Amino acid sequence: MTPGTSDDVLIRVEGVHFARAGRPVFDGLDLTVRRGRVVAIMGPSGTGKTTLLRLIGGQLRPDRGRVMVDGQEVARLGRGDLFRLRERMGVLFQSGALLTDLSVYDNVAFPLREHTDLPEALIRDLVLMKLESVGLRGARDLMPAELSGGMARRVALARAIALDPLLVLYDEPFTGQDPISMGVLVRLIRRLNDAMGLTSVVVSHDVEETAAIADDIYVISGGKVVEQGSRDELAASTSPWVRQFMRGEPDGPVPFHYPAPDLADDLLGGEGA
Amino acid sequence: MNDGLAALGRWGLGVFQRLGRGHLFLAHVLAGLPTLLPRPGLVIAQLHAVGVLSLVIIVVSGLFVGMVLGLQGYNTLVDFGAEESLGVVVALSLVRELGPVVSALLFAGRAGSALTAEIGLMKATEQLAGMEMMAVDPLQRVIGPRFLAGFLAMPLLAAIFSAVGVFGGYFVGVGLLGVDDGAFWSQMQAKVDLHEDVYNGVIKSVVFGFVAAWIAVFEGYDAPPTAEGVSRATTRTVVHTALAVLGLDFVLTALMFGE
Repeated sequence: MTPGTSDDVLIRVEGVHFARAGRPVFDGLDLTVRRGRVVAIMGPSGTGKTTLLRLIGGQLRPDRGRVMVDGQEVARLGRGDLFRLRERMGVLFQSGALLTDLSVYDNVAFPLREHTDLPEALIRDLVLMKLESVGLRGARDLMPAELSGGMARRVALARAIALDPLLVLYDEPFTGQDPISMGVLVRLIRRLNDAMGLTSVVVSHDVEETAAIADDIYVISGGKVVEQGSRDELAASTSPWVRQFMRGEPDGPVPFHYPAPDLADDLLGGEGA
Repeated sequence: MNDGLAALGRWGLGVFQRLGRGHLFLAHVLAGLPTLLPRPGLVIAQLHAVGVLSLVIIVVSGLFVGMVLGLQGYNTLVDFGAEESLGVVVALSLVRELGPVVSALLFAGRAGSALTAEIGLMKATEQLAGMEMMAVDPLQRVIGPRFLAGFLAMPLLAAIFSAVGVFGGYFVGVGLLGVDDGAFWSQMQAKVDLHEDVYNGVIKSVVFGFVAAWIAVFEGYDAPPTAEGVSRATTRTVVHTALAVLGLDFVLTALMFGE
């Protein structure tokens, strides 16, 4: 992977330390996301992948280090500047986070109505185009409660791209999806990225699906990047940890057992003994 | 002993932290209210939800409270041959006390709890976080209209409660117990003072509306984003509003009518 020039880089995470409730989540995290790429951040549950998205979106501030997005240090932005940056950022939450009192149409129109003074006729055209791009133009009158999980996530995706953002952040987009909607989402993320000239950051632990569409992959563990590269480079990695993770082996450097005293001692030394 | 002291200290700090958060929250909400001026539709929708939809319980309760006042008042007054003052007793009780207080308690149970649960669930389902990430301030877009609607609806509901209550008293006193129609109204007109009684009652309901709306939206916004957290917050809204309203009622009554 060639290190990008400064203009080419959209997100730069430099030496980020972050602790929550006294427990370190990141311990000197470095990564860069170049414009126009689909970048996957992978790692086991609990490695702080969602925390990383919150740091990029400015919902959290790093204890040390910097998170730069489009040349601006996110943690130093005032509320007004942060909101202006977020207008150019789409976020797909794990839950979809659709507004339950609004229809599908109004959900997608929500950011347009909040941030633009466009006439309603133009908003209608834009909303229908965004819904068409995720294949749900026909579902415009449904309420969020009437949607399946996969459809809800596609509506949330249409809403995330409503303002034609620079960057879309996906938080575990494939979790809990059946194989068909998973395949739909995988292809959508890639297609939207290329068709709209976006940059996409996909946080996931679904190795196969994510690796299939990612240009660059970062594997995080223990608060640091343990491996980075393309799908093929990761597949050829000699690190036993990465091999265990990419192949989904139950035992290896990440042990199957939570640390415990010896089984025989435990069984014989119980209170009843 | 030491553990007990430490627990007491933690509890005390927790209470003051929450009070501090509550006041900062209120300051942010109030500062954001001017952004609602160009978008009255947001407030009108909430006025419908917290005001219009509370009308049934307010009207029915007001009617029964007025009827009970008529009955009780008549039984006492008739011993002194003063049953023609029934209209005054009913109207003063309602306008000064029962109208603002009972409608605030009903408001907390009907609309306040609904506001808390709605906001708490929006938080639990990441809708508020989602809005923040769409560069929309939930304090302005979600909390502000709900707070303002609660604040505006409360005095109107209290006025309706009192008006319906007077008719309840009239129905029992004049219609069933035979108090003189003209005396009922004329004594009420002569003895109920616009400034002393009606205005003070309105001030009470404005204060109660402010406090009830504040507690309801803050509890929802501050609720832990879990099923248990939202359920506790909803309970706290009703309990805290009731206590705050009754406590403030004493303070306001002492300031207004205590010589």
